[in-house]
Amino acid sequence: MNYILLLGATSDMAFATAKEFAKRGWGLLLAARNQEQLAVLKTDLEARYEVPVYALPFEARQFSSHEAFLAGLPHQPLVTALFFGYLGDQQKAQDDWQESSRIIEANYTGAVSILNLVARQYEQQKQGAIIGVSSVAGERGRKSNYLYGSAKAGLTAYLSGLRNRLQASGVPVITIKPGFVATRMTEHLNLPKPLTASPRQVAEAIYKAYQKKKNVVYVLPVWRLIMQNIRMIPEPVFKKMNL
Amino acid sequence: MKKLLANWGQYPALEANELSFRTPAEAAQIVASEEQLIARGAGRCYGDASLAATVLSTLQYNKIRAFDKQQGIFDCQAGITLDEVLEVILPWGWFLPVTPGTKFITVGGAVASDVHGKNHHSDGSFCQHVEVLEVLTASGQVLRCSPYENTTLFETTCGGMGLSGIITRVRFRLKKIETAYIRQTQQKAANLEQIFRLFEENRQATYSVAWIDCLQKGRHLGRSILMLGEHARVDELPQKFRKDPLQIREKKKLSVPFNLPAFTLNSYSIKAFNWAFYHKLRAQQRTDLTDYDTYFYPLDFVHHWNRMYGKRGFVQYQFVLPLAGSYEGLRQILEKISQKGMGSFLAVLKLFGPQAGLLSFPMEGYTLALDFPVRPDLFPFLDELDDTVHRLGGRIYLSKDARMKPEKFLQGYARANEFLDKLQQLDPAQKFVSLQRKRLHLST
Repeated sequence: MNYILLLGATSDMAFATAKEFAKRGWGLLLAARNQEQLAVLKTDLEARYEVPVYALPFEARQFSSHEAFLAGLPHQPLVTALFFGYLGDQQKAQDDWQESSRIIEANYTGAVSILNLVARQYEQQKQGAIIGVSSVAGERGRKSNYLYGSAKAGLTAYLSGLRNRLQASGVPVITIKPGFVATRMTEHLNLPKPLTASPRQVAEAIYKAYQKKKNVVYVLPVWRLIMQNIRMIPEPVFKKMNL
Repeated sequence: MKKLLANWGQYPALEANELSFRTPAEAAQIVASEEQLIARGAGRCYGDASLAATVLSTLQYNKIRAFDKQQGIFDCQAGITLDEVLEVILPWGWFLPVTPGTKFITVGGAVASDVHGKNHHSDGSFCQHVEVLEVLTASGQVLRCSPYENTTLFETTCGGMGLSGIITRVRFRLKKIETAYIRQTQQKAANLEQIFRLFEENRQATYSVAWIDCLQKGRHLGRSILMLGEHARVDELPQKFRKDPLQIREKKKLSVPFNLPAFTLNSYSIKAFNWAFYHKLRAQQRTDLTDYDTYFYPLDFVHHWNRMYGKRGFVQYQFVLPLAGSYEGLRQILEKISQKGMGSFLAVLKLFGPQAGLLSFPMEGYTLALDFPVRPDLFPFLDELDDTVHRLGGRIYLSKDARMKPEKFLQGYARANEFLDKLQQLDPAQKFVSLQRKRLHLST
């Protein structure tokens, strides 16, 4: 049986992705910090699908624990999908290093720490696939969320480099850019409907991207266009915009 | 987050603050900090229940807690929808004990409205199959209740329109089935007398419902088609279905992409539809096999079918009359509708069995459900129908109501005061208040 490791499994996108894989017979390794919520998800998934589901404690920001975490997995995952992240509070983070570093670690450093280890394994075995959920916010810094954005920019560049490296080993690395998604993280925001995907749409896009070994996927194609345009705005203009 | 909310009838609509939760602790925190709010599931009731300036959506609280495949017991968080439940239970040979005409409602909503289905006369309403509920009450605690435990809370929650608190957990019994198919028998009835006789003769049928043409007059008044259903056994299926009797083919879904102009549905288009529907059934009686999805949820294949009525929305009008007054009452009401040319595109007639409960809608007698697009002369007309319904001892279904007068509510629901007394004990400060509660003056 194939297993998928979901890092940050309590996120809405991860849960939806777990369903997409489980309904096709994949076993699930759910990893997250909140064990209480993870147990709820495990019970749900076990009732829905006849696949083994494991709930595993995982702390993205405890880098030193990552090696032992991977070594202790009950099964070798064929796919590792990274969902964890933290939007944070930009205003607060500007004056509060605690908040800044939490944003950086939860979105970037933590990802690097765990994916370095996963990549090494997959490279040696010459099989596996890595899926990383990054963000369109990483494509250009804006005053409203550049701490989150810069961390995601780091993640995007990291995944791009990793893809380049693992290409030779036949290990696909897939970058997912969901755009707006209706999740817990964005619940308080008034998102424009046509630009907002559901977690399920993200999950379907992820499964498809895995099957087709895609490189960079915008869940809603319109986002590719939007970001192309945003990238093209000259910096002297961009810096004066209220974004 | 502020947004414009309306239920399935698209009337009324209001700018509301919609909150949601994923753990009971989050819900408790919201309930503690908001002065007034009401729970909201999928928004598939038709009127102004589950609407308020602050609503607490249960849709994210939708996980399965346990599914006993041997005993057929389902235990879930209340925000899960029936279509998700079906997806899980059907392959194991289980079905919902009771289902309304759409599967896009939440289990919590099914409890709060104590929904009924085509098997009401044989299996009762949804809450009769509920073993355990958990409700987050105004006290801030999640309380467990059942027919034997915390009965006051249980009684006010079953059919209580969300006024007792936030339903968080539902454990209910399922129905054993052999196949995903229904053996459907359709019988034509030329008028009201005939359809009443057919209902009486078919009380032993598991499912029964009639589609009725409410634009007919005179000797054709009440022309209808009775649709009976039984869960098909494996040996009743054609060979090709027997290998996978619990599997049905996915069908293409349609959608009404935007609100159609209000004139789309007029008495001419409805007449044409009704004529075709009645005459499509050539023989007096026909039996065939149909999958459960088509049988129970024909309208679910057209997403947003509510947009058919235009942006002013529509009102579902469903009433029930006690058995004794049913024939006379229906005759009068159908005559009124036909006289006014207030044709309803969908008109469904059913014979209910007896029903317990404080605010549960069904009672032994006939129920008729109608859709009317909102237009200026509609509400006075419905007030007129209300008079007839209540004079005969009947009542209006709260989950579909958006316009009934408070005094009619008290007249129709004989146990309303008992309900309100119990509610007063549970929520003395009136925290759980919907637009419907305000409109109907539901307070002691």
